[in-house]
Amino acid sequence: MSQVPVTEGVFTWPSDSPQLIGSRCVACGNHMFPVQQGCPKCTAAETEEVLLGRRGTLWTWTVQGFPPKAPPYAGNVDPKTFEAFGVGYVELPGQLKVESRLTEADPEKLRIGMEMELVIVPLSKDSDGNEIVTFAFAPVA
Amino acid sequence: MSTEVAIVGIGMHEFGRTDGVSGMDQGVVAVRRACADAGVNWEDIQFAFGGSMAAGAADTMVSLLGLTGLQFINVANGCATGGSALFSAYNTIRSGVFDLGIAIGFDKHERGAFRVNTKGGGLGDWYGASGLALTTQFFGMKINRYMHEYGITQSTLAKVSEKAFRNGSMNPMAWRRKPISEEEVINSPMLSYPLTQYMFCSPGEGGVALILARADKAHLYTDKPIYLRAAVVRSRRFGSFEVLAPSIALEHNAGPTVDASKAAFEMAGMGPKDMDLAQLQDTESGAEVMHMAENGFCEHGEQEFMIQAGDTEIGGKFPVNTDGGCLANGEPVGASGLRQVYENVLQLRGQAGARQVPNDPKTAYTHVYGAPGISGVTILSR
Repeated sequence: MSQVPVTEGVFTWPSDSPQLIGSRCVACGNHMFPVQQGCPKCTAAETEEVLLGRRGTLWTWTVQGFPPKAPPYAGNVDPKTFEAFGVGYVELPGQLKVESRLTEADPEKLRIGMEMELVIVPLSKDSDGNEIVTFAFAPVA
Repeated sequence: MSTEVAIVGIGMHEFGRTDGVSGMDQGVVAVRRACADAGVNWEDIQFAFGGSMAAGAADTMVSLLGLTGLQFINVANGCATGGSALFSAYNTIRSGVFDLGIAIGFDKHERGAFRVNTKGGGLGDWYGASGLALTTQFFGMKINRYMHEYGITQSTLAKVSEKAFRNGSMNPMAWRRKPISEEEVINSPMLSYPLTQYMFCSPGEGGVALILARADKAHLYTDKPIYLRAAVVRSRRFGSFEVLAPSIALEHNAGPTVDASKAAFEMAGMGPKDMDLAQLQDTESGAEVMHMAENGFCEHGEQEFMIQAGDTEIGGKFPVNTDGGCLANGEPVGASGLRQVYENVLQLRGQAGARQVPNDPKTAYTHVYGAPGISGVTILSR
């Protein structure tokens, strides 16, 4: 069984140390995610691709407690077997805050300010039996 | 010198679920009721701005109301659709182009949380596929951070819902008219931590229409004209934290609500202390809490004491969401902002019945917020 990313161009994969792919404004240095043209901070048109840091701190979080509608969601939406998942913004120092799934969904184990690291997690299987993967942040042990 | 503008007629179709009646038909009912309230016929209306998110192009309703040839412009601005229609109608009269017009909003959504159109929102398919395209998550994350920074408790969030359902129980147009206790709110299923089911509003159905006239001609239609002192819509600036954002900047900006609020107060020549009551966007109970401060009605963190003390109840120092807000009325996106104005007109006319704010209120404020980071504010006075 092979693993395929949910999309190309959002994170580096396959990789032993995957990174999110963002943009940096050529004029003012502002970071953006995902890749985009045009800087929302200074209005300059030119940006360049940049790999974002793999570690940061949890800025805020919630837990997705019910199955999202599918589409657009590609993961398990069966109410009997759905498992809640964490969602948060992780502050990457000197860059920006990125929204992401979290590998932890227990409110008792999540706290604002905790150290997080990027990982790649399974999301679902496609019709060929491949495992579709996306990015998430995991608490640093 | 611009012309002053008055609201001279209001109409509403009941919010909630009306099976077998399309969203547009609910809009038509609202228009007919507004015309009756102002004592005008549809052919008297010179222009219209109208919109819905999910219930069709508003201008097609002329085939039901009458083909009078009026200027009818569709507005599509997400949660600020109603506010944008009102802004446009207000300025059309102020500029002197027309004397009498109507702002219309209606909608009808499928059950459950909004299904986000990621492409239409400028987002990649991966975003929804990965489980991030839910507006509910934003609200959970924003209030979670806010509680961490300002010490708001879950009891306060639940009290906001309890108030909404109590006010809704006194509103014959509301969807949810059964009071729900603070305890029931806290014990309902956790949808998006720290927010439970009864802390969230639901997408719903309904329609609202408001007839506006030059203030110097308002007496032709009503003996209780309510003057529109400000109508403002603002989009987000860099650094604000908004719904459906794959990333946000490190630096912090207060957001479109703060900008819209300041602009509206400036336009009206008034301040927060001059307001007698407010309808504030309460997509969920935490939103009402945060929007109290963002609109200038208190400092961040003061809500904890104010709500626990009952200040925002109908009989309190500063009533908020007297008609039950989005929590009790649901959110038909195109109609929601106009529903707030409808309620404020009733309150300022003294026609709000069991939920009438005491002591003869003279000024009232509305605020909507929604994707992708827009805010609309109006200020009314007698």
